[in-house]
Amino acid sequence: MRVPISWLHEHVVPELGLRELAFRLAMTGTEVDRIHHHGVDAVEHFVVGRVLTCEQHPDADRLKVCSVDVGAGEPQPIVCGAKNVAAGQTVAVARPGSVMPDGTKLKASKLRGVMSNGMICSEDELSLASDRAGGIYVFDAEHAPGTPLADVLPISDEVLELEITPNRPDCLGVYGVAREAHAATGAPLGPPPWQEDPGSAGPVDPALASVTVETERCLRFTARVFEDVTIAPSPLWLRARLLAAGQRPINNVVDITNYAMLLTGQPLHAFDLDRVAGGTLTVRDARAGETLTTLDGVERTLDPDVVLIEDADGPTSMAGVMGGERSEVEATTTRVLLEVATWDGPNINRTMAKFNLRSEAGARNEKGLAPEQALEAQAVATRLMLELTGAKLAPGTIDVGAATTETPTLRLRDARVTRLLGAPVERAESRRVLEALGFGVAETGEGLEVTVPSFRRNDVTREADVIEEVARLSALDTLPSTLPENRTLAAARLTPYQRGRRRAEDALVGLGLSEVAGWSFTNVETLAKLRVPDLPHVELLNPMSVAQAILRPTILGSLLDVAAHNVAHGAGELALFESAPVYKPGGEDGLADEHHALAALLHGPVAPGDWRSGAAPAADFFAVKGVLEHVLATLRVAVTYAPAEDAWPFLHPGRSAAVSAGEVRVGFVGEVHPAVAAAWDLPHTAAVFAVDLGKVLAAAPEVTTYADLTSFPSLRLDLAVVLDEAVPAARVLEVVRAAGGNRLADARVFDVYSGEQVGEGKRSLALHLEFRAADQTLTDADVQPARDKVVKKLASELGGELRG
Amino acid sequence: MQVLERIDELRSEAEQAVAAATDTAALEELRVRFLGRKAELPNLLRGVAQLEPAVRGQVGKAANQARQAVEALIEERVGALGTSELDAQLLADRVDVTLPGSPARPVGRLHLLTATRREIEDVFLGLGFSVVEGPEVDSVVNNFDKLNHDPAHPARSLSDTFYVSEDVVLRTHTSPMQVRSMELQPPPIAIIVPGRVYRRDSDATHTPQFHQVEGLWIDEDVTLADLKGVLLAFSRAIFGPDREVRLRPHFFPFTEPSVEVDVSCFQCGGTGALPRTGARCNLCKGTGWLEILGSGMVDPNVLAGVQANDYDPERWQGFAFGMGIERIAMLKHGFPDLRQLYDNDRRFLGQFG
Ligand SMILES: [Zn+2]
Repeated sequence: MRVPISWLHEHVVPELGLRELAFRLAMTGTEVDRIHHHGVDAVEHFVVGRVLTCEQHPDADRLKVCSVDVGAGEPQPIVCGAKNVAAGQTVAVARPGSVMPDGTKLKASKLRGVMSNGMICSEDELSLASDRAGGIYVFDAEHAPGTPLADVLPISDEVLELEITPNRPDCLGVYGVAREAHAATGAPLGPPPWQEDPGSAGPVDPALASVTVETERCLRFTARVFEDVTIAPSPLWLRARLLAAGQRPINNVVDITNYAMLLTGQPLHAFDLDRVAGGTLTVRDARAGETLTTLDGVERTLDPDVVLIEDADGPTSMAGVMGGERSEVEATTTRVLLEVATWDGPNINRTMAKFNLRSEAGARNEKGLAPEQALEAQAVATRLMLELTGAKLAPGTIDVGAATTETPTLRLRDARVTRLLGAPVERAESRRVLEALGFGVAETGEGLEVTVPSFRRNDVTREADVIEEVARLSALDTLPSTLPENRTLAAARLTPYQRGRRRAEDALVGLGLSEVAGWSFTNVETLAKLRVPDLPHVELLNPMSVAQAILRPTILGSLLDVAAHNVAHGAGELALFESAPVYKPGGEDGLADEHHALAALLHGPVAPGDWRSGAAPAADFFAVKGVLEHVLATLRVAVTYAPAEDAWPFLHPGRSAAVSAGEVRVGFVGEVHPAVAAAWDLPHTAAVFAVDLGKVLAAAPEVTTYADLTSFPSLRLDLAVVLDEAVPAARVLEVVRAAGGNRLADARVFDVYSGEQVGEGKRSLALHLEFRAADQTLTDADVQPARDKVVKKLASELGGELRG
Repeated sequence: MQVLERIDELRSEAEQAVAAATDTAALEELRVRFLGRKAELPNLLRGVAQLEPAVRGQVGKAANQARQAVEALIEERVGALGTSELDAQLLADRVDVTLPGSPARPVGRLHLLTATRREIEDVFLGLGFSVVEGPEVDSVVNNFDKLNHDPAHPARSLSDTFYVSEDVVLRTHTSPMQVRSMELQPPPIAIIVPGRVYRRDSDATHTPQFHQVEGLWIDEDVTLADLKGVLLAFSRAIFGPDREVRLRPHFFPFTEPSVEVDVSCFQCGGTGALPRTGARCNLCKGTGWLEILGSGMVDPNVLAGVQANDYDPERWQGFAFGMGIERIAMLKHGFPDLRQLYDNDRRFLGQFG
């Protein structure tokens, strides 16, 4: 909302500088985006001039050399290119030093060899018109040469650009802003500009015009008929005001509707009554498939949720949003039907969204205006129609669905104000604020009874809303900072899951991995690149781009994206992880099935180059598995690994494993399939893991229970067993654990050998066994039976032979 | 007494030799020569028994004293020479301490968003707020309706909000967790809700995905002044002990009264001008204040709309706020373009966390 200060000052004159006023408005709830200067600057250089002589320029056909009386001193030579310049005219002169609306500063200069000490201005050069149709501006009235131009023309103004919150459509009118400024500064507020209505109530001769309303979405429809209208340009003051407010002048009738809207916040629409077929208007819901060509020249197909206005020949306007071409006011119009109506806000909002069509009228109507405002706008517009267009007003006002909305009253309890804000506000102060804002106020024992004005009816409906009005205008700036006094809550701390997640992330950071934050969005092409084109996923109805059309069902794509980005920017070795959600269809209540993924990617050497040992080995399956094992061990979660085969098509089928905690599969670990790595242009093997962190942490103990591991030492022994190389290490350990008895505390593989000494197709696993008893120091003899049983079972179950 | 003379002779011979020895190896040789199994002095001592009783004691004593003296002398000399030899050895073992540690270990870091999020979480944990999280794909009912959004509220439009279906959206704020949490837990309640949120916006200061922290405190007597106090404590913890906050009236559908909260600029100390040059502060654009979040007293309609628990708005009241983690990080670290957070270029990420 652009509010020219000169316009605001017609209704309220705060005794504050412009910046102080803007600050005060901002601190009471009306945000000021910026203050901008409209029109010319350095106004002291603009004066009224009289053209004394006007001669042809000696060297330029299109230029004239004028001698212009500018008041004090000698007449000044000014070169002018306008066709309409002539001796005897009273004109607007910009003298050297003037600053034009586009910011350029005028200097005395020679034009084709002739000195020019200034410029004779056209209207657009003074920001009084949006185009240069008329040549230089020539005064009708007499003004003495040298008169400051700003005294006789509105050539310079400051404009407040306000950001009006959606609950305050009353501030989408200058008078509403004036009321705010009045409440915020205490400066007196002038009477409402609609106080005197030249029009009258009562029926309008149906032979002139008639209106039928057939939809509940039109809350009120008023119309007045004007005859003998003369369409012409608006007077300069009106055009200047519209331009400063950001509205282009069209002609007097259209300008009047815009002016009344900008002043009252209530949109109006002018029909050329002679082009309203049958002189009748019907307001109704559109029929499915009906079409209407709006003023912007676009033909639109309507549906029953759109309200239209039609005449005897069919639809003419999209109600509340935009008029139609057919009955628009034009140069030949002589009879005008002026419509001011109140519409169902949400319906207007839907209609604009549906057609991607915004208008100043729609932007106000969608907020849901008060029916009372319709006649206020009629009053303002009627006065101007009579003054500026030579029109005669037909008696009466068509008024369908006239406002009968009752006036709600709310209580404002002093105690409640204190309780909600944490600081008291004097009742007299509340009263002052509310009255300044247009509320009716009466004293009661416990506080005030407040009557809400019509223009705030949608916004202020509860006591809390009234308290907000009091707070913003008289309590916020002095509100103390306190902390709640009577805490009754339990101590706050992270949940076990949240602590576990931090622990896991910190473990990865400790291992030298860097966290990344990928996009939740991805696309089906990425799934195809991952060789899982049919992976179920959640699709967006209105993505911003095809690249971000679905939610990621796997975190791998974004990790690969980040890897590819960094490789493309010169990074060879990468150790990345992400800790973030993934989304699958089929969650509860029609929502997504979301889980928190923890995933890592290693690519290239697993460590930076080292001066003693040279380059580190490249990341592979075991490198990333080591990282995962470290994290899981940190969390005290025991898992098993089983060959993944082809469960995850984006993984190397021979170098990937499913990870399970007990019976629950929690994720995968493996090398990325070479075809997938190639699709992301990764030069090295990429090794990854991804686990569902919720499932992992569900397997983590919240509290660990003491075991005596220190009273007696454990006994360690090593075995080397030669087996078929197809026997998985995990199977070997399973057999060892089953055979080792309850004193076997730990069993691990610490070396693997394959080669000539063990024979083709075989390998030797070196096993480390640790025995422990809670009540004694074990001797070799004590564990001999267990050892024998292990050896025997390895032989009988797996064909293993003890080596050496 | 020939024997006694011999003992003296041996002793002074040994003393001279030990004094002349230059390294511990030579001393070991001298130990063998004078005190070893075949050396003369111990043999004299062993032969004492064969001497006549009259001289036995005298000779034995002298020989023993001589042996002990030589032994002590050698020990002392070994100690002295050993120390200097070790010193020499250690000097010879000197390394170039300016070479890098080995093996080289990469340094991992948290993403700036996670680091900032944790920082915020820790401050509010200290202020008594528990941390809860919730779904990012949520219903229109939770995201808008129960938060008192007008049916025509522009945020609902397809141009602002990502829809999965007519009734399901990507949450546009963490606020739906206000309602979800109140339906799970009776009052009083004090929570923050960090998490990802989504809006259809993309430029240097907006990304379609970003992160918020929602706050909610409901009790019988939690006031707007308490909101100011809590956010003042937060601002000082995050931006420095000298910060002040101010409340500016605003409009949000789910709070009443609604305020935007500004914190005094930490770069210019709230003056709007840089201390040394006096130039206009670029961070706060000369205003002295930085907008950090939106907040207010929870709207009675939101409380009354809680289904599972009784949050009677006549009895229970409190505040809610929502801040952008990206914005806090951007203000604090001064990077110009939000999108860098999601480019994940390690040259950018490595500077933080
Ligand atoms: Zn600053």
